[in-house]
Amino acid sequence: MYNNKLIGSMYVTPFIIGFLLFTAFPFIASFVLSLTDARLQDQLGAANFTGLANYGEMAGDATFQKSLGVTFFYVFVTVPLKLAFALLIAVILNFKLRGIGFFRTAFYLPSILGGSVAIAVVWRFVFAGDGLINQAFGVLGFGGINWLGEPDTAMFSIVLLRLWQFGSAMVVFLAGLKAIPEDLYEAADIDGASRFKQFWMITLPLLTPVLFFNFIMQIVQAFQEFNGPYIITAGGPLKSSYLLPLMIYEEAFKYFNLGYSSALSWVLFVIIAIFTAVAFWSQKHWVFYAQERDDNKGGH
Amino acid sequence: MASTTSHAPDAGWRKHLPVLNALLRYGILIIIGFLMLYPLFWMIGGSFKNNHEIFSSIGFIPKEPTLDGVINGWKTSTEYTFATYLINTFKIVIPKVIVTVISSVIVAYGFARFAIPGRKYLFALLMATVLLPKSVLLIPQYLMFREFGWLDTYLPLYIPQAFAVEGFFVFMIIQFMRSLPLEMEEAAVMDGCNSFQVLTLIVAPVILPAIIAVALFQFMWSMNDFLQPLIYLSSVEKYPVALALKMSIDVTEATSWNEILAMSTIAIAPSLILFFAAQKYFVDGITSGAVKG
Repeated sequence: MYNNKLIGSMYVTPFIIGFLLFTAFPFIASFVLSLTDARLQDQLGAANFTGLANYGEMAGDATFQKSLGVTFFYVFVTVPLKLAFALLIAVILNFKLRGIGFFRTAFYLPSILGGSVAIAVVWRFVFAGDGLINQAFGVLGFGGINWLGEPDTAMFSIVLLRLWQFGSAMVVFLAGLKAIPEDLYEAADIDGASRFKQFWMITLPLLTPVLFFNFIMQIVQAFQEFNGPYIITAGGPLKSSYLLPLMIYEEAFKYFNLGYSSALSWVLFVIIAIFTAVAFWSQKHWVFYAQERDDNKGGH
Repeated sequence: MASTTSHAPDAGWRKHLPVLNALLRYGILIIIGFLMLYPLFWMIGGSFKNNHEIFSSIGFIPKEPTLDGVINGWKTSTEYTFATYLINTFKIVIPKVIVTVISSVIVAYGFARFAIPGRKYLFALLMATVLLPKSVLLIPQYLMFREFGWLDTYLPLYIPQAFAVEGFFVFMIIQFMRSLPLEMEEAAVMDGCNSFQVLTLIVAPVILPAIIAVALFQFMWSMNDFLQPLIYLSSVEKYPVALALKMSIDVTEATSWNEILAMSTIAIAPSLILFFAAQKYFVDGITSGAVKG
């Protein structure tokens, strides 16, 4: 029965329809739109073909360049810190200690809740002028900082919110750590390798497939950050946290420039595509798959 | 750490090294855990404080507990109570979870079990949807749903999910199905079951943990979803909690923090309860896609 191509095709038909209608078609349509001066309030027929004018406009758009800069800054700060922190905590949790389950739950919880508007709102209060952090600073005898009001610190609040959500990367690391055979460490102990050396020579290489997965997911997610800048900082002050997804949204639904917004979204797409393509291409140089070894542990 | 000294006094504390080590680990875990959960405690505690106390003390336990924040937060600053927004949220989330589960299971079954022409390429497309930024689809989808006359309805928020558009979920179920032995299904075919009966009677019950994981993740993500409702819904009476909260901070943020904190607490309560009731499925679900033996 499982050789029946017709029945098999029937099962995947919903995906094919959905992919064509809700992914492939909008994907191509947004590129076509990016070559026009379409406006949200007009009929599409009224739009003019303008070639690459929207892409040319970016070269002279200071707001776009600022947005692109802060987007890269945000991603380059958030993703490595989050992965490093997630790995560190996963390594600590991986030792056989009592009550690990409790800590794992506590650390994982924020990654589930942190994407909500409710938490973003709480974050606004935590970083507000008379909010929790400045109150704590006061208790410790420091002066308050105008976190959300200063261009240098506003982005910090968003970065910290996403770092707070390190739990999903952590549980993936933890599962990867559990899959590393114990006997490798025992052998290394006999050879007299220090714990530090064991981490670099055994743990990290065997963890690279999981690191690769986490890296891709976090990069893709970070480049699409919207709730943080929209709710916590409104992109400000002085566009210091005006991440590209927020600019794409505002160009389309606040300024009604569908053409320009579509062009911006294609820039974002190309950036993400380049990052994932480089990651996939480079994995043969640094990602170590267990299948290459003989002692395959065969499923979990 | 790699000290070369081996004098007698050293041996004394070296014996205690494992204990110190464990203490250090617990210390780190407890401090980080406390700092991480503190904003949540502060949010919940703040719901029962008066506004003066929120600004004047960093403790999370209310000194003079009051229900003002909860009562006013529930009333909201709009013409509807918070109950309306909660019900609206479920009107979106529940259909979305149901159609996501059904379509993902059906498509995953096709991918995991059948010889489909071009399966390799279809599967690559499926995985590509996971990596594709949603904002590149946003405007054409909006225009399409405008043509359909679906603006200011809930349809754009869950109809696409009926077509297995979330590759991550399909992938999760495929991985789970592939780890199952084929014998039961083969026996059912021998007994005269058709493939749909095999799926619903044999496969579905066995992959229940994966189905629950998909349902839970989709529930959480949909509860948190903000951008889609923001674009598609324009009448306040149809707002889900996420939009109502955003609207409330625009109106009352400067004055009534306890109201907003209470609303935030109520807003995440369903997710919080579900998380503690079913945390095992979350961890199993998220790791099944990433770690393959």
